[in-house]
Amino acid sequence: MSAVWLKRLFLSALAAFMTLPILVIAGVALNEKKTLAFPPQGFSLEWYAQAFTDDGWRAALVHSVLVATAAAAISVSIAVPIAWFLWRRVAPWARIVEVLGLAPFILPPVITALGALSFWATTGFYGQPWTVVISHGIFFVSLPLVTVTLGFATIDREIIEAGMTMGADDRTLLKTVVFPLVRPYIISGFAFAFVLSLNEYIVAYMTVGFTLETIPIKIFNALRYGYTPTMASVSVFFVLVAVVVFGLVARFGDLPKLLGAWSEGDKG
Amino acid sequence: MRRTPPERAADYFPIAYPAFMLGLFFVVPFAIMVAVSFFRRVQGGFYEPAFTFANYGRFLSVFFGEVLVFSLVLAGLVSAVCLLLGVPFTYFLTKLSRKAQVFWLVALLGVLSLSEVIIGFAWSTLLSRTAGLSNLLVAIGVMDRPDAWTPGFAAVLTGLVYQAFPYTVLVLYPSFSRLDPSLMEASRTLGASPLKAFSTVVLPVLRKTLIATFIIVFIFALGAYLLPQILGRPQHWTLSVLITDQAVYQSNMPFAAAMAVFLVVASLSLVVIVAALNRKGAGQ
Repeated sequence: MSAVWLKRLFLSALAAFMTLPILVIAGVALNEKKTLAFPPQGFSLEWYAQAFTDDGWRAALVHSVLVATAAAAISVSIAVPIAWFLWRRVAPWARIVEVLGLAPFILPPVITALGALSFWATTGFYGQPWTVVISHGIFFVSLPLVTVTLGFATIDREIIEAGMTMGADDRTLLKTVVFPLVRPYIISGFAFAFVLSLNEYIVAYMTVGFTLETIPIKIFNALRYGYTPTMASVSVFFVLVAVVVFGLVARFGDLPKLLGAWSEGDKG
Repeated sequence: MRRTPPERAADYFPIAYPAFMLGLFFVVPFAIMVAVSFFRRVQGGFYEPAFTFANYGRFLSVFFGEVLVFSLVLAGLVSAVCLLLGVPFTYFLTKLSRKAQVFWLVALLGVLSLSEVIIGFAWSTLLSRTAGLSNLLVAIGVMDRPDAWTPGFAAVLTGLVYQAFPYTVLVLYPSFSRLDPSLMEASRTLGASPLKAFSTVVLPVLRKTLIATFIIVFIFALGAYLLPQILGRPQHWTLSVLITDQAVYQSNMPFAAAMAVFLVVASLSLVVIVAALNRKGAGQ
């Protein structure tokens, strides 16, 4: 069947297109000398080790992880009450808050970045390390907002009715029924916000670009002032983190459903 | 449980915190940016309160017009290529086993979340003379000597397609996975070839999704700020790059803010079109 082969060729070509850049940077980080040659000349794991042993890169890594963890926590703390309120209450006006939560992600990122820059400069906090945490927290609200809203939508309201008939009040229901049901969606939302914050450049650059080096800022600076194989090894490490995190989300959750497919149980 | 309107003050409490945070850290910054776009720039990289349309007046220059047209053409091209690849890809994807789908989805999310910095760096390496694809072509004898394919327009386009492709697939994925398989079966039973059934039955059903996706990816591509800098020459700079450049390197916040306001208005008008399309689609 030539049609089947055509389809396989098409899928393989796209798979190659998506993995080639990553393979090449994984390769150039193996060079023995400080060069970005491919195929690598000589073999050394030195550049992979440097991502953790070099003071500058390690500091950037720590900054990135701290910022992403705190920012994802802020995103979730804003998104969960919105999703819960819209699920629990009849309040059309509250949709405005929802739209505000989704807007930063729909608009070009440079808008949020420039807004953050104007805001922190006007309030006099420009350059403070914590400003990027808040700005990232706001920037990524949309991700947990989407996943948690989906989580609430999957709750069968009859279960809640049953709980109420048995005499449970709002607080008990929230703690024993609602929260356990939406918890996987909260965790996925946190994971999405975390990985995107790790990789975010423009908002971080416009808020703390000159005072705090995150990994994307450090890679960009290295691009301008001299390539090193370390930037390649760090990039490979970042790809792995993303794949592991999304792999875990898929392992413990229903990824196709999370991304909008109908749940059909086991398809194969 | 029935949804009830909030009655007591305490019922409003849960929404108060998100509203406060988004108001203070998104709406206020946005308002400041709009205000700054009417301010006057003063020497030394600062600006003073004023009410001038001078920043918007600079839109009428040939330079700005060229950047705008280039940005729109580039975003349109990226969106078109992504749809051409993404539509058949997503269709095949939704026909795969659940396990294979999850595998692809994880890979797509991995690429989607990659920093623009990393994508730019990876492609500039892949297209370079020392480590690039051209070495491969030399090795198999297609080319005489390795060549640098970056910076250039093709490199910018490739990088942007790489970045936007996973996004395109994830936007298309819900509609394709909810597509009724009996549509395809019925047309096949009636004697249509797979290609014909796909193009005359499946695509028309999804017409609104396709238009909406084109616009969503268009906005996404319009937002690219690093790839044109890393993979292109200054003539390949887009509006987003220009905004960053004016804000950070030229220290001209009022002009940067005016261009940002313009970009918001342009993007929002497109979002409104998508929303209108979706409402029409839901009505059928």
